[in-house]
Amino acid sequence: MAKGRIKVDEAMCKGCELCIMVCPYGLIEMADHFNAKGYKPAVLIDPDQRCTGCTLCAMMCPDAVITVYRETKIKPSPAYA
Amino acid sequence: MVDVMMEKAPEKVMWAEKMVYERPAALSDIPTHYCPGCTHGLIHKLIGEVIDELGIRQRTISVSPVGCAVFMYDYFDVDGAEAAHGRAPAMATGIKRVQPDNIVFTYQGDGDMASIGMAEIIWAATRGENITVFFVNNAIYGMTGGQMAPTSLPGQVTGSSPNGRDVEMTGMPIRMAELLAGLPGASYVVRRSVHNIQTIKQAKKAIRTAFQVQMAGAGFALVELLSSCPTNWKMTAADSLTWIKENMVPYYPLGDYKVADVVKTLNNRGK
Repeated sequence: MAKGRIKVDEAMCKGCELCIMVCPYGLIEMADHFNAKGYKPAVLIDPDQRCTGCTLCAMMCPDAVITVYRETKIKPSPAYA
Repeated sequence: MVDVMMEKAPEKVMWAEKMVYERPAALSDIPTHYCPGCTHGLIHKLIGEVIDELGIRQRTISVSPVGCAVFMYDYFDVDGAEAAHGRAPAMATGIKRVQPDNIVFTYQGDGDMASIGMAEIIWAATRGENITVFFVNNAIYGMTGGQMAPTSLPGQVTGSSPNGRDVEMTGMPIRMAELLAGLPGASYVVRRSVHNIQTIKQAKKAIRTAFQVQMAGAGFALVELLSSCPTNWKMTAADSLTWIKENMVPYYPLGDYKVADVVKTLNNRGK
């Protein structure tokens, strides 16, 4: 299971490709389809589950359309200990 | 059998998906009119994040400029006013003096501040008004279609300097951070860029400090941010960030130009 994933708000993405530039594993590509504004939105292509949720793409995104999720360890509650 | 019973039960490790980065609440949920890859949006996002982190959204008032950021009041979920061209520091002065408990910031481009609004910013800084100013320098007039700005680099080709900026005729580009740092009223004057992750982080820290200066009543704070204009520079978004690094940063060096003693005592001083 991947450590992280991103969600791109496709309707807001302007396809500037800056997220592609900063992804350390090159996991982001432009989609084949267009959004309502006529841009090809960014999509995460991660078949090998390499995304770590490092947030670099979201930090670089000028339109703040990327939400990042990361798998984090949580303390088991005492009931399950 | 006994051994098995003595063994500890394996520790259960539980994993849960946690959101680690989202659009700041201080930004409205509408798309901006900025061109793809324009770092205006990035700077808006950094300001929005800092407003959220400092918890000042309910008492922040933005003063929008004339230029590409003219519709800024739509993009921030804070109160806002629209100033006449170049007059944002004068308007912010009035708002801050009447509403001293509010956090007032202006956001101006190079045409707005370094050209038509030069008088207002000089005097706001000289008076040491307790406002925060963000100066977005992209070395060109973006909104009007790419004419030469006071900050255009020597030799830079623009719509109104098709053979490159001739410094014999127009003088050298103006360095606003250095100019304003020389004024006695300014407390915090720095220059940052947003062309890569490292500089984005530094810019965010400086934006945070600039707000903290105002919250502490410590006087005039200005952050100059080197920004891109892919459309009028006629290059891709990625190339325009490289252009900032290779052409703008050498002429506009990043750094702290004035950090008054009162600012140094604040927490989390922007590096």
